[in-house]
Amino acid sequence: MDNHPLLSIRHLTTVFEMPGRSVHAVDDVSFDIGRGEVFGLVGESGCGKSATCRSILRLFAGAPARIRQGAILFNGRDLLQLDETKMSDVRGAEISMIFQDPMTSLNPTMRIGEQIAEGLRRHQRLSGPQSRRAAQELLGEVGVSRPETRVADYPHQFSGGMRQRVMIAIALACRPQLLIADEPTTALDVTIQDQILKLLLRIRDEYGMSILLVTHDLGVVAQTCDRVAVMYAGRIAELADTRSLLKFPRHPYSRALLNSIPGQEEASAELVPIPGSPPDLSAPLAGCRFHPRCSHALAECTAAPPDLLMVRPGQATACIRHGILS
Amino acid sequence: MISAKAASRNFSLIAGIIMLSFMLIAMTIGPFINGYDPLAINLANALTLPSSSHWLGTDNLGRDILARILAAAWIDMQIALVCVALPFAVGTLVGAASGYIGGRTDAIIMRMIDILWAFPFYVLVIAIVGSLGPGLGNMYLAFTLVVWISFARIVRGEVLVVKSAEYVLAARLLGFSHGRTILRHVLPNAITPAIIYAMADVVLTILAVTSLSFLGLGIQPPTPEWGLMISEGRNFLFDAWWICTFPGFAIIYVGIAFTLLGDGLDDLLRPKT
Amino acid sequence: MTEAPLLDIRSVSMSFPARRGLAAVLGGTKPRELKAVREVSLQLQSGETVGLVGESGCGKSTLGRCIAGLYKPTSGEILYRGEPLHASENRAEAPRRVQMIFQDPYASLNPRMTIAQTLSEVLSVHSLAKGRHNITERVDRLLTIVGLSPKLQAQLPHSFSGGQRQRISIARALAVEPEIIIADEPVSALDVSIQAQIINLFIRLREELHLAYLFIAHDLNVVRHVSHRVAVMYLGQIVELAPSQELFRNPGHPYTNALLSAIPKPDPDQRSRAISLEGELPDPHSPPPGCSFHTRCPIAIARCTIEAPKLLEHAPSRWVRCHRAFEIRAHNLKPPSTIHT
Repeated sequence: MDNHPLLSIRHLTTVFEMPGRSVHAVDDVSFDIGRGEVFGLVGESGCGKSATCRSILRLFAGAPARIRQGAILFNGRDLLQLDETKMSDVRGAEISMIFQDPMTSLNPTMRIGEQIAEGLRRHQRLSGPQSRRAAQELLGEVGVSRPETRVADYPHQFSGGMRQRVMIAIALACRPQLLIADEPTTALDVTIQDQILKLLLRIRDEYGMSILLVTHDLGVVAQTCDRVAVMYAGRIAELADTRSLLKFPRHPYSRALLNSIPGQEEASAELVPIPGSPPDLSAPLAGCRFHPRCSHALAECTAAPPDLLMVRPGQATACIRHGILS
Repeated sequence: MISAKAASRNFSLIAGIIMLSFMLIAMTIGPFINGYDPLAINLANALTLPSSSHWLGTDNLGRDILARILAAAWIDMQIALVCVALPFAVGTLVGAASGYIGGRTDAIIMRMIDILWAFPFYVLVIAIVGSLGPGLGNMYLAFTLVVWISFARIVRGEVLVVKSAEYVLAARLLGFSHGRTILRHVLPNAITPAIIYAMADVVLTILAVTSLSFLGLGIQPPTPEWGLMISEGRNFLFDAWWICTFPGFAIIYVGIAFTLLGDGLDDLLRPKT
Repeated sequence: MTEAPLLDIRSVSMSFPARRGLAAVLGGTKPRELKAVREVSLQLQSGETVGLVGESGCGKSTLGRCIAGLYKPTSGEILYRGEPLHASENRAEAPRRVQMIFQDPYASLNPRMTIAQTLSEVLSVHSLAKGRHNITERVDRLLTIVGLSPKLQAQLPHSFSGGQRQRISIARALAVEPEIIIADEPVSALDVSIQAQIINLFIRLREELHLAYLFIAHDLNVVRHVSHRVAVMYLGQIVELAPSQELFRNPGHPYTNALLSAIPKPDPDQRSRAISLEGELPDPHSPPPGCSFHTRCPIAIARCTIEAPKLLEHAPSRWVRCHRAFEIRAHNLKPPSTIHT
């Protein structure tokens, strides 16, 4: 495997300017994704994982977002320096994205085959008939039965799980090197989630594609990801290979998250929730963002937000008290 | 529910309120300052330009235009508000009942509304006023009979959405009667679009009333009314432009004021989630 | 003689007519029905928690709403201590027997009423407290029970987080002192760390107030933690009913097994090796003949396509609706390669 990372995010900071306040959605985030790697981005709602994905593709859909600083290196180029035309060449062809809600991510008035073929015509300059044939093949690859008939159907004729497969087909059409999957299975039943995750892994194996998988479910992370970053309040709390994170968490938030998942212990024991409430991103705290809810917080934790520290090979944590967790 | 801080950030609302307040003050104190009788005819003084004695000039019968505009303001505002309030009340009642009860009742009422909706507004109003004769009472009746359907549709649509919200289901589960559920839980959350529309409707109603009077079907002379004044001033448009123009400005002014008010209310009344 | 159970659901079915166009009405074709709940029977004892799990379209929410009284079942009865729960003569008592907590905390509270107003309304309509002083005292107590500060009661719902709003909904339900609470996916819309807080609250309230719960969820782990017994639903029917721990250790129905295998466990050393369940949920308007699950079942046989299995007690307290109950474990297929480690 090539040692150069496919994607390298350096000190990314994205702020949403709302009337009267600035929401610091992504705050000095840095991580790399290797070729053929499944990288998990984990956190609860509002932690900045979705905002990070949108920052990579600069797809804010009209929201008042500003990337204040940072560099996103992809294949040697800094994506943040590209103008909009070059960026739109990247989207769909080199980096693709699939979204959470299968009900609203497809155009309801366009046939499925058309939606898949569109990208092929735009990026690979295929002709009409060529792109339609390719669309049909793609539908088959993602596990839609009878693709020759289904290709002419409309989104409403597909179930949630099927629509997610269609979205994956659209995303794969131009064989991108990186697929960003923003909570692709959160809205799906658990048996369908299982099918979709296995599909994503099969695609990774067959095409050597990297996947940035955003999720709040540590179970999904355990089953699919090679490495993972845990985000809290717009910053990375811990960055490690999956096994190290789940077996030896070195950040109080990671550990607390693991402990609060039900199903780990005997039914009579009480769950250990994380006390307090989620942070206010428009008023970021001075020190570590997690300290008000942390059972190990000290006075030093309020001074400055900790940087990521390498504590073991392949594991870095943004906590000055990580020693207490080992 | 409404905080002073939110209101102060709301430029439209403040602008609308200021404009209407100014108009109200002008309507109340203006006649005293101005001094002229809106009905007093003075042919010697006919068709005079705006001057220091007659600020907005005089019309073809020598009547002071400013006095007439201020007097007409009372009449037009009264008509506009009644002609909006009555349809609003009837429409809300029928729309809310239709949406809440649902089923066949709703279907029947909606078909009735669809049929009425097919007729152009002016055709119906003119037909009613034309057959009953001009006059204030008949105008109120005509507007109420025709305009209620707009409000009914708006309220019904909102009620359909609100009635399946979990907090309404909870109210029913807690044993609240239908009456309490509708009055305390459904209506307050369904009525905002109707209120906003009512503001826009005031503007539309003033235009309609002035148009009807222009056509001779509304207020009868010599009572001052903006539309009527424009109609009476038609023949003198090129010589004495001020007879038509100033009432026209008055209509525009009120239109802008209520539109701003409606915009501001829309922002204010929307419940935060 | 045994006492009548607190809640007795007897062969309840709920069907919704599918909307038809004018042509179909005039053409006289038979209207299609959505059979959301098909002859479900279940009992709930005082102080017991029964978990109801299943995926979308299984009918668990519809069943919950039938029990709460929001829908009138197409057939069957729902008895409270032997009497019909929602008979018109009992309508005044029903709210004080069964209450419901909903899934979406952002739609469960009237956005224009303060918390104090919401809670006092319940108290005054049911005459549970009279006079401003008593009402305020009760409201304070309700908020404290659910872990919220009484000082917050003058605020509107929008200033509260999802978890807090669920607590308020619970307080509202508790205000009428019900015996049974139907919790319809009460934590699904909350973050994991907040879920744990609310689940703990449910358990604590159960102990303190001796409540019985019908806990509806799609997350098996949540249900396992909270329930004494668990019922698994598929396409409108209960396919398995068992004590909680036993269900998880030894599922008797292939669907239960599939559900359990599909849950991603947060342990990278236990990467799932079972094959995924194939296919999609059949159209609920026309369920498959025989066993509804046979189209996706890894161990289906000819009998399954013809004869619909009954829910039978294959072992003490172990009810399974399957001709091959308990055979699934022996057949748990493992693919020889492509295991991700």
